Amino acid sequence: MIGIREKTILSISVFSFFFAAILIAGSLIKEDSLYVELSNIFAPPGGGHIFGTDWVGRDMLVRTVKGLSLSMKIGLLCSVASSLIAMVLGVAAPLLGGKVDIFISWLIDFVLSIPHTLAIILISIACGGGLQGIVIGVTATHWTSLTRVIRAEVMQIREAEYTKLSRRFGKGNLFIAKEHVLPHIIPQLVIGTVLIFPHAILHEASVTFLGFGLPAHEPAIGVILSESMKYLTSGKWWLAFFPGISLIAVSMMVNSIGKNIERLIDPKTAYR
Amino acid sequence: MKKSTRKFLFQRFFKLITLLIALCVVTFILMELSPIDPVTAYVGASTKVGAEQRALIAEHWGLNRPPVERFMAWFTSILQGDWGTSMIYRRPVLEVIGQKFLSSLALMGIAWILSGIIGFILGIVAGIKEGKLADKLISAYCHILISTPTFWLGILFIMVFAVQLGWFPVAMSTPIGVLAEDVSLLDRLSHLVLPALTLSVLGIANICLHTREKTADVMRTDYVLFAKARGESSRSIVFNHVIKNVSLPAVTLQFLSFSELFGGAIFVEQVFSYPGLGHAVVQSGLRGDLPLLMGIAIISLIFVYTGNLTADILYRVIDPRIREEVKA
Repeated sequence: MIGIREKTILSISVFSFFFAAILIAGSLIKEDSLYVELSNIFAPPGGGHIFGTDWVGRDMLVRTVKGLSLSMKIGLLCSVASSLIAMVLGVAAPLLGGKVDIFISWLIDFVLSIPHTLAIILISIACGGGLQGIVIGVTATHWTSLTRVIRAEVMQIREAEYTKLSRRFGKGNLFIAKEHVLPHIIPQLVIGTVLIFPHAILHEASVTFLGFGLPAHEPAIGVILSESMKYLTSGKWWLAFFPGISLIAVSMMVNSIGKNIERLIDPKTAYR
Repeated sequence: MKKSTRKFLFQRFFKLITLLIALCVVTFILMELSPIDPVTAYVGASTKVGAEQRALIAEHWGLNRPPVERFMAWFTSILQGDWGTSMIYRRPVLEVIGQKFLSSLALMGIAWILSGIIGFILGIVAGIKEGKLADKLISAYCHILISTPTFWLGILFIMVFAVQLGWFPVAMSTPIGVLAEDVSLLDRLSHLVLPALTLSVLGIANICLHTREKTADVMRTDYVLFAKARGESSRSIVFNHVIKNVSLPAVTLQFLSFSELFGGAIFVEQVFSYPGLGHAVVQSGLRGDLPLLMGIAIISLIFVYTGNLTADILYRVIDPRIREEVKA
């Protein structure tokens, strides 16, 4: 028998393994394994092609894995970048206080008051589309909630005895941030980064689907799905179904990893 | 009380103004950075317009003046109610937005109410049965929905309900080849069902999970324990204790979801080719219609802000705890 905590750890490791496997497998797939096979176009799922084949006979499973790994890389980049922004702003706001704090709160409200999709579209247009636009767009819209969490946390640390004592000893903001604040917020940061990821990957796929993200020749999951729209009414359901399900599976997997880490770190919930 | 409310409203209004000005500046900078050439977007791919005429158009629009001067010109005309002319619809931006917003509003309104009611009921059921099968099923359903991209759900619904079963039309808001005045209400409704359903299904997850948490909290309180000890039935516990405590946060959350609602509408309208504001966003973005895009950005901010403000006001007006706090 394994305990509750071990079960949580096991689930984290299994999902992380899957995550890494898709990431690596997708990166290893070269362009030539996506060969065109015109004698076998629109093959329904089953037989040699589990996910079926597309309009030029390419295997949908291979395309999906490759698309997923590309989307996952973008998602990783975006979530790490947004949590870095959240860390800097979330720590700076309470420590510097006053006008800086008001400004950062206002900035959060500003980003939250434009629908994310619209903001990403605007930024993506400004960058002329492509990878750069989508990374900046997703990063610029996803740091807000984590910043709020960290800001609230740091507000408490700021009022703690040891922080006040440290300040009386003449230590500066930088010292306090590094020695007293950062060690406390690392768990929040890790969980936050993991939990931003599903949102980032979904937004990336969505905006690419609309045609503002990655260009149509990239093997991204959003591109595959927007392609499938063309064959929707002719009953080629597998073109949209499997890539979509895989995307949902990945984002749920990461969500579960994040939630489980959260449970493990908090002793109140680790054994529940 | 009166005075504090006035101060509160004034603060909110002031904040809205700062946000709007910031939005204007940011969108202007973003559009300035974009490689879209407004003249090319205006004349289209036509080769009949020579370089000389292009220069004339640019001159006429003042494109060769410095950015700050152009921003001020654009900003003052926005303030005066002249939002420019949409390049793809060839009509004033405000007129286009007004018309599109109305049809989006029908879609978003239905989805908003549906998702609120269904999510609230599911959340209460799950919260009361915390840990039981019903709770697990509802929670699992919500967790799947949270990870589902809106557009994919739309595709799925089209595949199942429109293509396979043939219950609803695939796209558009009216039948093709029918004059606008001949379109019956039934036609309009049958075109609205699938998009509204798609949009509402995604809103359910959020409100449901939130209500579930709150309901479970209420069920653990002493007063519910006492009510049980008194022999109150679950039905009366729900109506007397749970709903009273849970409904306000749920309603506020629903008002705070305007931003996601608008974002979802963009995808739903794109997938179903529903001619609303979201569809206009995508079209104007893809075809470089900057005046319309900037106009929609401003409108969307006001829309989202109205939702947030309503949530704030609801809290202050309805919740006696916050009301008393304000008084004191």
